[in-house]
This record gives sequence, structure tokens and C-alpha cells, in this order.
Amino acid sequence: MEGLLTGLDTFLIAPFRDMASLPDFLLQVVWEGFVSGILYALIALGFVLIYKASAVFNFAQGIMVVFSALVLVSLFDLGVPAWLALIITIGVMGLLALTIERVVLRKLVNQHEAILLMATIGLTLVLKGAGQLVFGGEPKSMITEELGLSTGSTDWEVFGGFVIFQHIDIAAAVIAIIMVAALALFFSRTRIGRALRAVADDHQAALSVGISLNQIWAIVWFASGIVALVTGIMWGARSDVSFALEIIALKALAVLILGGFTSVPGAIVGGLIVGIGEKLFEVYWGPMFGGGVEAWFAYVLALIFLLFRPQGMFGERHIERV
Amino acid sequence: MSANIDIAGMSNSETQTGAQAQADAKEVLLSVDNVTLTFGGVKAISDISFNINKGEIRAIIGPNGAGKTSMLNVINGFYHPQKGRISYKGKTRKRMKPYHAASSGIARTFQNVALFSGMSTLDNIMSGRSLKMKRGLFWQILHVGPARAEEIEHRAHVEKIIDFLEIAHIRKQPVGKLPYGLQKRVELGRAMAMEPELLLLDEPMAGMNLEEKEDMSRFVLDLNSEFGTTIALIEHDMGVVMDLADRVVVLDYGQKIADGTPSEVQSNQRVIDAYLGVAS
Repeated sequence: MEGLLTGLDTFLIAPFRDMASLPDFLLQVVWEGFVSGILYALIALGFVLIYKASAVFNFAQGIMVVFSALVLVSLFDLGVPAWLALIITIGVMGLLALTIERVVLRKLVNQHEAILLMATIGLTLVLKGAGQLVFGGEPKSMITEELGLSTGSTDWEVFGGFVIFQHIDIAAAVIAIIMVAALALFFSRTRIGRALRAVADDHQAALSVGISLNQIWAIVWFASGIVALVTGIMWGARSDVSFALEIIALKALAVLILGGFTSVPGAIVGGLIVGIGEKLFEVYWGPMFGGGVEAWFAYVLALIFLLFRPQGMFGERHIERV
Repeated sequence: MSANIDIAGMSNSETQTGAQAQADAKEVLLSVDNVTLTFGGVKAISDISFNINKGEIRAIIGPNGAGKTSMLNVINGFYHPQKGRISYKGKTRKRMKPYHAASSGIARTFQNVALFSGMSTLDNIMSGRSLKMKRGLFWQILHVGPARAEEIEHRAHVEKIIDFLEIAHIRKQPVGKLPYGLQKRVELGRAMAMEPELLLLDEPMAGMNLEEKEDMSRFVLDLNSEFGTTIALIEHDMGVVMDLADRVVVLDYGQKIADGTPSEVQSNQRVIDAYLGVAS
């Protein structure tokens, strides 16, 4: 009985006591979590875009992040000015979207979703191979300052302590919020937004009302290419640009299960829950598990969601009549 | 009820009354000339010619596997025939893309209902207006001025269709949840939203009970007489075909075996053989 009570205390109450005793530290932890949450949300957003338009989980999203960042950095290394390199990279992502539509998707109209998923796995391998061939396997560092993003930090005095805000993190948050707002408006207000949903539901029917599949697919792949580029710049600035970045895309899967595959707000909220949740859990509960909880927290959360709310927080519930 | 709705100004073709439609009934809207469609070695359609006059209800009938749906798919550009030509509104094309078919006024429904199941009835029908929305993306995002007015105008049109089809009560429901008969009606609504000149209906009554069939027949007739829409329909229920159609073309094993008014077709020996089998 005594043991149980101490156990309950260490697990359920002590962490909150710790939080309350050092509020500035808590704030720092939440901020760190918020920023990684925003970045998870950005990756998840790339998935949502394509999922909305084709009901396909785009396996290649992670490698697109790496690919776009590598193109940008390598162009700069070749002596191209940073701003020009950025514009060219956007062009390259556009070209990639058009190529994917033409070479891969156009042949697969009216095919089962599983076939499209397999196609994106194939695409991942092609992009990875091509990327390693062209850019080599060495990690590169992101040209953060050259792009006009500050690498400094600002201290904020609060609760008798300091909270440190990295400028790059602030920039990431602001850019992510702008992108999210733009995409949300795009989906809810434009005829293309409505058409996207239609395309995801039924190819033939969409064609019959005059929606051009080719155009829609090129648009969403380009948009998710741009999202990938922004993600690549932001993650690259925090660590470096290497093929290991591809792995973070897997965390976005957990985010999507939380938020729902078809929801833009879901991607954001899911991203923030995973980001902030895993940081808090790591810092305050981590020691009880011997640390390293950040690596699996997101997936456990996703599993719990799958059990109780498989469509996610904001996902649409599809009812199928049999 | 449906006869009373305001149809003025819905589209130019709709100002035509039933009587006028009869008067220029001889004007050919679509003609199919010597069309052959093969999949690998299998001939789905061989050397078929027929035409559809403006303002008529044209039925395409035939036993299972006769090539009826393939014929519709050729007309609306899903399939490209290996041989033959299709002329629509005087223009002849060898290949037509679904997008061009849709933008030149051909709408259709599908044999197995093809709706956007996650979307509401209203959104499904609105999607039929996608080609009519002209304002730029920028204005749509801002949702002000002309784009807003445009959205309202399309909404109004869609509401008229919802009234016409008597589906106001399911306006906001996701169509995936609706019973089959209503889904078919929503699908017809989406096609109507395109204000088509030629409407292709692939088995609009399949799987319906008698009452639903009567409703659907009434909609098809009203659509034809009030809005002047030319209709080509595939149907298995002979009673329905004989009641609705002005002319009937009969296919069997990808070939045309008869073409004429319902009564002519009904008494044609080849048609009777195709449906009942021939004693050898």
C-alpha cells in the first residue's frame, strides 16, 4: 500500500511539482516542443496535401524534404547566390511535380490506392538513388544565414529565470503559420480545393464533371514539394542536411494518425501535440523509463488513438455500406 | 411540384419548350460513324453507327456484354475507338478527352454510382459547377467581390436542382450514408449542375424499386421536356425504355442489330432472338 502510494506520487504528482517549481524551465521545454511540433506539422502537411487529392499516403514525402534541401545547398556550393538558388530549387520542385504526374501518376488513373502507394515507394527509391548519385552521401550544412535567416537567439527574462528563443525557431514558427493559413484558405475557398476532394473520392466521376486530374495532381505535388523545401530548410538549419532527415518523416505518420489524414488543422494540432508532448514526457517522465522516450512517445500515442479514434481528431469518418 | 419551379434563365438550351424541341427534332446533335473499339483481341464494339437528335430521349439497349457502357465511354472520351468518328454539334473528333466532353456540354452518370462519398449532397452537386466557375484563385481565396457573387449564383442554381429532384432533406448529409436510390438521384443532380446539352445515363434505374423507378422516370421526362436536355440512356427495364424513349438502338455482341422507334424495335425478329435466344 505504502509502495503503491509512493509509486503514484512519483508518476502522477511529482512531475507536476517539478514543473511548478521551475516555471521558466517548463516554458523553455514547451517552446522547444512547440518548435519541433511545428516542423512535424509541416511534414504532415505535405502528406495531407497529397492524401487529400489522391487518397494516397505519399511515401516519398520524407525523401522530397532531403532532396529539395540538397538541391538548394548544392546549388549554393556551385557558386549560385542564395536567393537565386532558392528560386531555382522552387523551379526544380515544380519540374519534379510535373515529371511525377506525367511519368508515374498519369498511367495509374482509376487504379486502386494500394497501387498508387507502391508507386510512391518506388519513387522514394528512385529519388534516393538519384540524390546519392548527384549529391553524394555526405551530410551538408544548410545555408541558413545566406538565406537571410538569423542564427542568433533572444533571451526572455521571466519567472526569475531565462527562456532562450533561437531566431531560427521563431522564423520556423512564423513561416509555418503563414503556410498553414494559406493552405487552409486554398482548400476551403477555391474551386481547386473542392476539386481535390472530388479527385480523391472518385477518379472517373471527377473526370466526368470536367475536373482535370493531370492539372490537380501537378498542383498538389508542386505544393507539397514547396512544403518539403521549407521543411528541409528549417530542419537542415537545426541539424544538417543528410539522408538521415528522411527518418523524421516517419514521425509525421504518428502525427497524421492523431490529426486525421485529410485535415489541415489536424496536421497542425497533431504536430503540436506530438512535439510538445514528447518533450514534456522526455524531461519530466523520461528518467523513470531510463530516458530515450522521445523516440517512441509519438508511436505509442498513435497506437492509443488507433484503438479509440481511428479516423483521428479531425479526420472525416467514412461510412461504407456493404 | 417539379413542374412549377422557375427555370427561366437557367441556361440557353433550357428556354426551349417541349414543343419547340419536337419541332427541330431532326437536328442531329451527336452522330457515331463506324466506330470500332477493341481491347487487345476482344472487339467490344464493331462498326457501329447511329445518331442522337437534338431534344430526344435515345435509349441504348441490349443483353449483358453487348457494349452499351463501352459506347457511352467512347462518347464521353473515357475510351478512344480504334476506328470511326464521332461528330458532336457538327464538329468531328477522332479522340475526345473527358475534359473536352465535359466542357462542350456532355454530362453523364455511372452504372455503379460514382459519387464523392465523403462530401455532402450539396458539395457533390456543386462539383458539377466546377467548369462554370471562372473567377481566379486569388479572388476565391479572398472570398470578396466578384468571386463571392459567383459562388452565390452557383449556389442558387444548385438549390433549384435540389428542389427539382426533391432531395432538400438530405442537402447536408454525406452521400456515402444515403440509400442507393437517393445516391442515384444525387448523381443525376451533379450531372444536371453542368447544364449539359447531352446527358448520358448509364442504367439510371438499376437496383431501384417500382416507386423509385417511377420517380426517376418522371425526372428524366421533365428534364427532357422542360429543360430541353437531350438524353441518351442505357436501361434494362424494357417497360421503362418503351415508355421513355423516342428512339431505341439495340446492340448485341458489340454490333448494332436494330434501330428505330420502341414499337419497331419491339417487333424486330433479331431483337427478339437476341433477348430470348434462338432455337437451333
